[in-house]
Amino acid sequence: MVAAVVWLWDNFQANSQRLNLPTNYDYLEQPAGFPIPSSSFRPTQTVQDALVEGLLNTLRLAITGIVLATLLGVLIGVARLSGNFILRSAARAYVEFVRNVPLLVLVVLIYIAVVLSAFPAPNDSWELGPLAVLNVRGASIFWFEGGNAAFLVALAFAAVAAWLVARWRRSVADRTGRPARSGLFAGVAAVIVLAVAWVVLGLGATSPELDGRRVAGGITMTPEYFAALAALVIYTASHVAEIVRGSIQAVPTGQSEAANAVALSGFQRMWYVVLPQAMRIGVPPIGNQYLNLMKNSSLAAVISFPELTKVTQLAVANRSPAVPSFALLLGIYLVVSLVISLLVNLANRRLAIVER
Amino acid sequence: MTDTVLTETMAIPPPEPPRPPASGPGDWIRRNLFRSPVDGVVTVISGVIAGYVLVRLVRYVFVTGRWDIVRVNLKLFMVGRYPDDQLWRIALAVSVIAFGGGLIGGFAARRRILTGRDEPSSAPWWRTRLDLVGRLWPLIVGIAVLLALSGTIGPWLVVAGMVVAAVAGRLLGARLPLRSTAWLVVGVVAVGVGLVWFLTRPSGWDDWGGLMLNASLAAAAITLCFPIGVLLALGRSAGRNAGSRFNAVLSAIVLGVLPIVLYIAMTGSVTIASVGTLLIVAISALLALTGWHLGRRSSLPLVRAISVAYIELFRGVPLYVLLLLSYLALGFFIPTWLEAPGLVVRAIVALTLFTAAYVAEIVRGGLQSLPKGQTEAAEALGMQPIGITATIVLPQALRNVIPGLVGQFISLFKDTTLVAAAMTFLDVLQVGTVVTAQGDFRGQQLTAETLTFVMFLFWVGCITMSRESQRLERRLGVGTR
Repeated sequence: MVAAVVWLWDNFQANSQRLNLPTNYDYLEQPAGFPIPSSSFRPTQTVQDALVEGLLNTLRLAITGIVLATLLGVLIGVARLSGNFILRSAARAYVEFVRNVPLLVLVVLIYIAVVLSAFPAPNDSWELGPLAVLNVRGASIFWFEGGNAAFLVALAFAAVAAWLVARWRRSVADRTGRPARSGLFAGVAAVIVLAVAWVVLGLGATSPELDGRRVAGGITMTPEYFAALAALVIYTASHVAEIVRGSIQAVPTGQSEAANAVALSGFQRMWYVVLPQAMRIGVPPIGNQYLNLMKNSSLAAVISFPELTKVTQLAVANRSPAVPSFALLLGIYLVVSLVISLLVNLANRRLAIVER
Repeated sequence: MTDTVLTETMAIPPPEPPRPPASGPGDWIRRNLFRSPVDGVVTVISGVIAGYVLVRLVRYVFVTGRWDIVRVNLKLFMVGRYPDDQLWRIALAVSVIAFGGGLIGGFAARRRILTGRDEPSSAPWWRTRLDLVGRLWPLIVGIAVLLALSGTIGPWLVVAGMVVAAVAGRLLGARLPLRSTAWLVVGVVAVGVGLVWFLTRPSGWDDWGGLMLNASLAAAAITLCFPIGVLLALGRSAGRNAGSRFNAVLSAIVLGVLPIVLYIAMTGSVTIASVGTLLIVAISALLALTGWHLGRRSSLPLVRAISVAYIELFRGVPLYVLLLLSYLALGFFIPTWLEAPGLVVRAIVALTLFTAAYVAEIVRGGLQSLPKGQTEAAEALGMQPIGITATIVLPQALRNVIPGLVGQFISLFKDTTLVAAAMTFLDVLQVGTVVTAQGDFRGQQLTAETLTFVMFLFWVGCITMSRESQRLERRLGVGTR
């Protein structure tokens, strides 16, 4: 096996020398020579900067996709267990259809047949009040105004406040036996802190407005981003839904019945008894789906969304050596995957039963 | 007289018999649609939406959809640019496959009955036929749609040939001697190789296209990845019960140093704090950590380390990137005196290596689910390790993971669409986007129609596989013994 690796390596060196191609990573410092659409990247910047831009786009797509796919997937998974026949059947039809169709077909279909063909021209865009404007040039939605860093700081403050308040409420409940209502209190605290931080940090809000043929304000998603995101969310949500349904069904019925017997309400039964146990079963496979979503975001390259793979392809087309470029690309994906699986493992460890 | 009075007063009145669950359309509606006021609102809203979607869908299929583009290009969708006068080869191949399927099905059914695992069915003949239709309805609908779209007699003949071959195979399979399993396996492999030779006779691989290309890529990769995956799984589980700190350190060093050595060899030097160096150091650290963790519990650290490295590498990167790599960069690793492999071969290699990692993880799950007593009992009988693995461990482990394997194969079938996107094939998806630029259809925005058809084809294939796998799972009683 070592011999095989050495042999391949030797071939690579010989071929590169014959074609006079570099085998090192000096090309990263060279000017890229290609533009990246809808970003501030200029062709005179280095290949390295282009790759960073691509990585950011990949992460943007993956993280948004993970959040939305989880929300949609949980909704559909719960709907599959609903007592309502129509809701149940609709959720089932969705899952059985989407799960058995290739993601790439969805990506191409949504991009060409929905976004580029069915969305209206800019001058008669669909407007959803102040929330969103949709047309063939992309989708603009209501968003905050101000620096990204300030926004993240405000969010972090709110999260810390919520966590502290929830802890305080739980300790009060432990001492006095009164209901904790930690979710309610934490939510209110988070909203208050967020509002204060919003004002202090000088953040604003902007909503998209149609101004002739242009959309002013809000944050605009390019058609490629919108199509890739929609396809990834639709596809991954169907898998998440199946996992959610499976893990809820895997909780023994005795647990639900016992909860009924001690007179918990339907919500309490779900929230305190069934869901915590279902999550223990469901977190590892859902983490796998997050990994898949991140890797599948490379399919956005097919519709020319400038994420990492597309940027690497562009770089290779512009005189970057192929083998080192792709080796670097594989390395970056590997690191991102390992980080995600590390996070999932941490979450899993917190949820797992502590065995003695 | 008193007796009866006594018994009458002392007898505890028997409890009211439970009311039979009310059944009837009214009750069903109450239970499933209008359980509570909120439920009623949900029913009305979701009913309106679902009804609207359904009406639009039916109108799209039967009224507004312009399916002429599919009708005209049906051959392209199914078999790409395969020469017209050679299409009989495909018809024959499909019939042979149907015959093989029938043969194996018939053999397996009889074997189950003879070994006492199944009762001979006593249902009337029409009942079993009806069950078959219920089982395979997506496939039947798919074939019916294809026949409805076809304008010529050819597809009808092919379908008729398939049905006849399948029935003949089924009848013959039920007459095979009980001990012909090994011969069947040999026969399947031989027929597979023979069919590839037979079909590539007219023009080689590179004219293949359409759904045929997707199906054959998937079939080839499935066959090839399976042994690699099983070996990797065995490697990863090798001697997992013995271990020491020494192993941990060793595998950590092997795994952690490897990327750095490769990197230095590749660049010739190390420049501190360049992106590449940082990345390599990060990878090394992660791999070393993994190696330490796993080596702690292993007695064959190197085998294990290589298996783990392979599995984690291929599971951590997107298939699309691997396909691009094998399309654009594989040539660099082939010596000049050797001809670079064709595109189909490259695609199969990438798909195989990728899927093998996933198969390995699935099989590992099966190996872990096996009670240790099985191995210990075999050891107590004095069996050799290889014999234990081959005849005791693997058969049981593989049976336990059939659903997972089928799921992986379904996703492989779906992933074959990436091949054509990364390389220059005319697979069914590319046909769907290319034909919209044909002279007659240009500028009419027919992508929705063509890609809907492509989705339908994949849906039929995947749902048939997954339903069959669920049935097999129930039959084998996975998780119930």
